[in-house]
Amino acid sequence: MNAAGLTPGDVLAILDEVKDPEVPVLSVVELGIVRDVQLDRGGVTVTITPTYSGCPAMRVIEEEITAALEARGLSPVSLKTVYAPAWTTEWLSDEAKKKLERYGIAPPGAARQETLITLTRSPASESPPCPYCGSRNTELRSEFGSTACKSICYCRACEQPFEAFKAL
Amino acid sequence: MEMASHFEYLLRLADDRLVLGHRLSEWCGHAPILEEDIALANMALDLIGEATAFLGVAGKAEGKGRDADALAYLREAVEYRNALLVELPNGDFAVTMVRQLFFSVFALLQAEALARGTDADLAGIAAKAVKEMRYHVRHSSDWVVKLGGGTSESRARAQRAVDDLWRYTGELFLADDVDRAAAAAGIGVDPSTLESAWRGTVDDVLARASLTTPETSYMQRGGRDGRHTEHLGHMLAEMQIVARSHPGASW
Repeated sequence: MNAAGLTPGDVLAILDEVKDPEVPVLSVVELGIVRDVQLDRGGVTVTITPTYSGCPAMRVIEEEITAALEARGLSPVSLKTVYAPAWTTEWLSDEAKKKLERYGIAPPGAARQETLITLTRSPASESPPCPYCGSRNTELRSEFGSTACKSICYCRACEQPFEAFKAL
Repeated sequence: MEMASHFEYLLRLADDRLVLGHRLSEWCGHAPILEEDIALANMALDLIGEATAFLGVAGKAEGKGRDADALAYLREAVEYRNALLVELPNGDFAVTMVRQLFFSVFALLQAEALARGTDADLAGIAAKAVKEMRYHVRHSSDWVVKLGGGTSESRARAQRAVDDLWRYTGELFLADDVDRAAAAAGIGVDPSTLESAWRGTVDDVLARASLTTPETSYMQRGGRDGRHTEHLGHMLAEMQIVARSHPGASW
């Protein structure tokens, strides 16, 4: 416990209220962006990692983390960015995946581990079930979506386009 | 590793990505279809993000207080160390996609090797880049195969792009003392060791696209030493104008 009377668990609970601005149904803790919390006398150091190298939401996330912790009396709040270990969708819990699906974003499958590339791929095997109607009759329209972490898919059954969280 | 050489090596990694990332961002709002506009912007973002991280490490290695922004916005063309391939104008969509294929296969192989290096910062950035480059390789190879197997017009344009860009690919694999020192120090990779794997993958994609791999003849070079085409200066003028006109501005 530190001067503000908080434990690292309390800090994580506060950060669990900070949602990702692009995926507001998940917190920065659930997404695995927050890697570590170190309390000192009155302040705190939060270690974070970007989902994608160029994720434009990182700056907003840093500001929101700082604001949330300062509001609870922690000062100074310092943020440290690390790149290793590289962020992976494997860090999303089953609970987090369910939240994504309920929000209308197909959750990520298992991350691909191949070393180089597979040129012969069937689009059907690459697209997840539709988050709206559950049909597997879907297709991948583009591996790049409205944010770096999502792809664009289409459901032939309910004729809805939908987004899918990319496995990384 | 000696500081000047270390800094130089890091700039090569960063500048390839910064310059290509900026080039791709020029497509924003101009791509042939909406999905592709988004894809190009996404790839630009990945490359600029990786460049920012590499420039951060470079600034620290140099030890003169220059951060990623200072290195990106306040260097002249002669101080840039990117390969010529990435600074060429976007041309048509075939030129952009063939260039993307050539570069991202190289970048993926390079990142895989860097991720095994002994510098934790560099290896961490590279391990992340590996994941991003896999998407870029898949996307660009898909398109090259599609263009090659499309109409006679798309096929002709794709072949012309391959023929025109081929002479800029040799520079990616040229190794000098800077590369060899980074490899010897265990932090970097000698690019000449990546060439055969690159060639194998690129030949495979071109064959699937029914495109012909050109005969290798004269290869352009100069970017790693700051001798660039006239195109880089024009690109940097646009990229740097705001930062140079309003020094220290924030928003």
